[in-house]
Amino acid sequence: MTQDRFPKPIETLDDVAIRFAGDSGDGMQLVGSLFTSASALMGNDLATLPDYPAEIRAPAGTLAGVSGFQIHFASSDIYTPGDIVQALVALNPAALKINLPDLEKKGIIIAASDAFTEVNLKLAQCDSNPLEDGSLSEYTVYALPITQMTRQAVVPSGLKGKDADRCKNFFALGLVYWLFDREIESTLKWLGEKFATKEQVRLANELALKAGYYYGETAEMMPARYRVEKAKLAPGRYRKVGGNEAVALGMIAAAWQAGKPLFYASYPITPASDILHELSKHKNFGVRTFQAEDEIAAMCAVVGAAFGGSMAATGTSGPGMALKSEGMGLAVMLELPCVIVNVQRGGPSTGLPTKTEQADLDQALFGRHGECPMPVLAPLSPSDCFIAVLEAFQIAVKYMTPVLVLSDGYLANGAEPWAIPNAADLPKIPIAHWTDPQTFQPYARDANLARPWAIPGTAGLAHRIGGLEKDHLTGDVSYDPLNHERMCRLRAEKIDRVVESLPDQIVIGPDSGDLLAVSWGSAYGAVRTAVESARKKGLSVSHVPLRYLNPLPRNLGQILSGFKKVLVAELNLGQLRAHLQSRYLRPMIGLNKIQGRPFIASEALDKIEEVMRA
Amino acid sequence: MRTSYARNSSMNGASAPPEGQEKQQAEPSGPASGSTAFAPVRKPGDYASDCDVRWCPGCGDYAVLSQVKKVLSAANADPDKIVFVSGIGCSSRFPYYMGTYGIHGIHGRALAIATGLKLTRPDLSVWVATGDGDALSIGGNHLIHAVRRNVDLKVILFNNRIYGLTKGQASPTSQMGQVTASTPYGVVEPPFRPLSVVLGCEATFVARAVDMIPKHLETVLERAAAHKGTAFVEVYQNCKIFNDGAFDFATDRAKRDDNVLFLEHGKPMIFGKNRNKAIRLGRNLKPEIVKIGQDGVAEADILIHDEKAPSPVLAFLLSHLHYPEFPDPVGVFRDVEAPTFDSLVDRQIQDVCARKGKPDLQSLLTGPDAWTVG
Repeated sequence: MTQDRFPKPIETLDDVAIRFAGDSGDGMQLVGSLFTSASALMGNDLATLPDYPAEIRAPAGTLAGVSGFQIHFASSDIYTPGDIVQALVALNPAALKINLPDLEKKGIIIAASDAFTEVNLKLAQCDSNPLEDGSLSEYTVYALPITQMTRQAVVPSGLKGKDADRCKNFFALGLVYWLFDREIESTLKWLGEKFATKEQVRLANELALKAGYYYGETAEMMPARYRVEKAKLAPGRYRKVGGNEAVALGMIAAAWQAGKPLFYASYPITPASDILHELSKHKNFGVRTFQAEDEIAAMCAVVGAAFGGSMAATGTSGPGMALKSEGMGLAVMLELPCVIVNVQRGGPSTGLPTKTEQADLDQALFGRHGECPMPVLAPLSPSDCFIAVLEAFQIAVKYMTPVLVLSDGYLANGAEPWAIPNAADLPKIPIAHWTDPQTFQPYARDANLARPWAIPGTAGLAHRIGGLEKDHLTGDVSYDPLNHERMCRLRAEKIDRVVESLPDQIVIGPDSGDLLAVSWGSAYGAVRTAVESARKKGLSVSHVPLRYLNPLPRNLGQILSGFKKVLVAELNLGQLRAHLQSRYLRPMIGLNKIQGRPFIASEALDKIEEVMRA
Repeated sequence: MRTSYARNSSMNGASAPPEGQEKQQAEPSGPASGSTAFAPVRKPGDYASDCDVRWCPGCGDYAVLSQVKKVLSAANADPDKIVFVSGIGCSSRFPYYMGTYGIHGIHGRALAIATGLKLTRPDLSVWVATGDGDALSIGGNHLIHAVRRNVDLKVILFNNRIYGLTKGQASPTSQMGQVTASTPYGVVEPPFRPLSVVLGCEATFVARAVDMIPKHLETVLERAAAHKGTAFVEVYQNCKIFNDGAFDFATDRAKRDDNVLFLEHGKPMIFGKNRNKAIRLGRNLKPEIVKIGQDGVAEADILIHDEKAPSPVLAFLLSHLHYPEFPDPVGVFRDVEAPTFDSLVDRQIQDVCARKGKPDLQSLLTGPDAWTVG
C-alpha cells in the first residue's frame, strides 16, 4: 500500500470482530469473504460467520432482507467468530437495526447516511433516524454518504446510476481496510481475475475500493486506526478454507488415496450446494459429479456407483437426508461403502434454510426404518471437515458400510486458516476388490465383519444383491427367522467394531474435576473458548469435543465417570444428552440453543458458571 | 454366489472350452465378440442363476425372462459384464433369476441406481427391469429424467396394469373403470400411456412387445440391446392372478391380427387378418382406419412407418392408438441416434483433463492463495 501521507496513530489490538451488513443484494458476503482472504494473507488467525436470509433478494431495505458477514481476526488462537463485534458496517437502516445488539458499547459504526432515507427508515420500522436522534450516543458513529461518494469515485470508469451504486460495498470495504490496516492487493488481484472481461466494472470497483481507503486516510473524522498483528501459528504453509470446500477437498483426497474415481451425486440444497459446485470444478481429478433429479436419485445413484467400485458420496441437508433415508437403508443392507454428508440447517421441515443447527443427530443415528446402524462423524471446525471426510471414506471401505458426516451451516459457510496438509503424508486408503471365484461368498466376512467388495466385470463373480434379507454367507434371499436375527446382530456388531479403528477421545483439561463440558461437532469452538475462560477463573472444568457419535469413543464412559457433573452443549433440544444419558445411565445438564445461530462463548461460560454455582 | 457360479460354469463346460480358457478369450474383446475362433458359445441357460423362479404359474414374466436370455446368448454377451437392476414389484425379482451381476433395489429407484452405475462404469451393459407401478408411479421422476438424459440403459417395463406383489391395487396404467382391490367401484383416473410419457421426454429408442408373442418380443429386445442410449421397451404382460386377460385382445390368436399393428420401418401400416386394413392420417393429424381398395383408398395414402424420423411426432401419434378404437401398435416406434449421457460425461472429463493437464493433489490442497508462516 502507498505510504500514508498524513500518518495517523495505529493502535494494536489482540483480536477484532467486525460485521458487514446491508441488503442481501449489497454484496456483503462478497466483501466479507474478501476481507477474510486479506486477513488470512496477513497471517491472522480467523473465524467467520456469514448470516444471510433464505430469500435471494428479499424486498430491498426491509429487516427481512438484511445480510451480514462477521469476521473475527486475531494475533492469537481463536475458535469462534466472536461473541460481539467491535465494528459494524451498516449500508442501510435495517442493517443497523438488526445488528446493533451485537455491537460492543463504544464500538464503531460506519453507516451509509444517504441510505437512511425516509423510505428506508420506514421499511426498517424506525420511528426516527438513529443517526440523528441521539440513540447511538454510546457508539462511535461515522455517518458518510457512501452512495454519493461511490458515484463520484467511479466517474472515470463511465459507470453510472444503479451500476455505479453497486460498487458501494467496495467503498465500504476500502474504508474498513484502512481502518484495520489491511492490504488491498489481494482484493485488487481478485477484481482483475473476476472481471477480466469486464474492464469497466473492474475499474469502477477498484476506484470505489481505493476511494474508501483514501477517505479513511485523509478525512479528519477518523482519528485512529487499528492493527492486529500476525498470529503465532506454527510454521508452515497456510490457506483459508471453508467447511464445504474442505468437504470437497477431503472427498477428492480420499479418492486419490484410494486410487479410485470419485463419484458425487447430489441435488441442490442450502447450505450443501457448494460441495457440488466445488467438486464440479475438479473434473481433471476424474471427479464425476451428477446433479440428480432429486435427493432420492442422488442417494440411489451413489449406491449404483458404489456397487460398480467407485468412491461414492452424496451431500445434502436435513430435508434431503429425510428423503435419502430409504436409499441409505439400502446401502446398509447391501453393505456397500459410501459417504453421506449432511450439512445441517434449522428444521423441522423447510425451517431455517440458511441458518445453522445441530438437530439432525437423532435422524442420523435413528432415522431409518428397521435396525439400521451407520457410523456417524461430526467435524469440529471448517478445516476439520477435510479430515472427517477422509476418515469417513476409510471407515466406509474398511467396514463396507455407508458413513454419515454431520456438518452444519456454521461450518459450511465459516472459514478459518488451515495448515495445508502434505499430500504425501495423507493416509493411504487400501482397496482390495475380491477376485477369486473359488472362495467367493457375497456375504462372507473378514475380521472386521466386512463382506467382500466384488465389482461387476470381475470374471466368475456374478452375483445378485438386494434389499431383501439375505443368507449370512451366500447372500441369497432368506426369510429364515433365525438368519434375520443373526444378520441384524451382525450388521450392528460390525458398526460397533468400527470403534477399534477410532482414536480414544481426548479431554481438553484435566481428566477429572467438577464439571465436564461435552460438545459435538461445530459447538467445539464456543465451548472450548468458554472452558478456557472458566479455567482461567479457577473453575474445575474440562472439555470433551466429540467427533465420533456412532460408535462413541470407547473411553468416553470412563472419562464421564471422572467428573461430578456433565454439561452437554448442542444446538438442539438435547439430542446428544438424551443419547448419552441412556447409554451411560447418569443425569446430565443441557446447554441448548435453537436460534439458527451458533453458540457464542459467553453464553457457554455463563452456563458453566451457573452450573458450578448450583 | 459360489454355487451359482459353479453351476453356470459347468453348464458352460458342456458346450464351451474350460473356464480358464473362456475367460482369456472373452476378456479382451468384450461382449458380443463371436469372431474369435475359440470364443465361448453361451446358451440361454448359461444366463440363468441357480435361484428358483418364483413367479406365479402362467405369469407373463416368464416369457420375458426366457427371451432376454435368448437375446443375450445370441449376442454371446459376457454375463460378468452385465448388470440387471430393478426396483420393487413382481417383475423386479428379475435380477435374481439372471446369472449376471444384479441389484434388487428399492421401490421406484432402479433407474437412479442404474444411472449411478452406468455413469461410473460405462464398460458395463446395464439393464433395468421395472413395472408399471415401479416406473410410472413411485419412480416416475427417475424414469423421465433417465430418458431425458439418454443414459445408455436397456429398460424393460413389465406393464400388467395392476399392482401384483401388493395384491391387486390399481396402477397408473389401470384402465378407466377397472375394478381392483383399491377401486371396487372402478378406476376413475385416466391411465398413463407409458410410451407417450417417454416420447414426451424425447426417448431415443421406444418399443412395445407382447409377452405371448415371443418371437416378436425377442426381435424387439434384440433391437433394444443394440441401441446406444436409453432403450425403453414396454411389454404387455399378463398378470394371471389380479388382471388376467388384460391383453387378450392382443394375444388371442383369433383376434390378434385385427387388434395389433406390427410396425416395420419403411413399411405401410397395414393390419388385419386379411391384411386389408390400414392407418391413414386424416385432417389435422387425425389417424383413421381405412380399408384398402375401398372408397378409393390406395396404398400410397397409407401411413409409412419411420422409426428414424428426427421428430418424435409420428411415434407419439402411434403411442395414442389403442384398442378398441385402433389396433395397438407393437414393434419399434422410434430408434434414433443421440449422444448418451454417460458418453458426454466421459468426454467432458477427458476435455477438462486435456485442458488442465495432469492433476496434482498437492497443488489442489494448496490452492491459489496460500501463505507461509515462519
